[in-house]
Amino acid sequence: MTNNFVFEADLDAKTIHMIREFNAPIEKLWKAWTEPALVEKWIAPKPWRVETKVADLRVGGVWLYLMVGTEGEKHWVYDVYTAVEKEKLIASTGMFCDDEGNPKSDGPKTFVTTKFSAIDGNRSQVDTTIIFDDEATIKWFVEGGFKEGTAATHAQLDELLASE
Amino acid sequence: MRRDVFQAIADPTRRAILGLLVMGAMTPNAVAEHFDSTRQTISKHMQILTECEVLIQKKTGREIYYHFNPQKMKEIDIWLERFRKMWENRFNELDNILNDL
Repeated sequence: MTNNFVFEADLDAKTIHMIREFNAPIEKLWKAWTEPALVEKWIAPKPWRVETKVADLRVGGVWLYLMVGTEGEKHWVYDVYTAVEKEKLIASTGMFCDDEGNPKSDGPKTFVTTKFSAIDGNRSQVDTTIIFDDEATIKWFVEGGFKEGTAATHAQLDELLASE
Repeated sequence: MRRDVFQAIADPTRRAILGLLVMGAMTPNAVAEHFDSTRQTISKHMQILTECEVLIQKKTGREIYYHFNPQKMKEIDIWLERFRKMWENRFNELDNILNDL
């Protein structure tokens, strides 16, 4: 079944927009998106693993987790929720952290808004907009711990480079 | 401070300069004529673009021409592709979790 993955980047607007459909009702999608034990299973690129430190899903609440690599590399992710509507919407502001997981509130920020909706056939959809206030942030996202990526990613990159 | 291609495009004037130089190499003076800003300002932007390696300087006679470097801009595509792949992998994992719920 197609999942209709959409990925659009508008660098002038420093915005990335994604849409993805899931073969599950919205209640399940919400659960998998918000319960730490479930989120931990899908958010980290293998073989990295996630340790949730704080998960407080409400406006003003914090989501702080640590990605740990196989060599013990650590990569903190800190988000403050700015809007939460069950099975409808989550908005958050992401910030860089120091080595202890303390947010750098004067550093670059990332604004993420995810809308959830039910679609035909007992399926559901997420629509995510990510706004970077600093273009270097996107680089940090993929570089911080993810640069090893997967073999497939690298093959694709090689292809991309070869095509130039 | 290390310059990268993201800094190159972070500024609207720099994007406009790049837009000009994509069409063909130019001297700093010729570039400056296209803008209301002072030559000094344009020169500073061109310096940053050169440090980002999005522009390359080549001397022709007594003039220095600035050339657009498309290979460097390709870096942005690469980072975006990695970001896209990261999310694609996440969503595929999420499919598996939803199947088991």
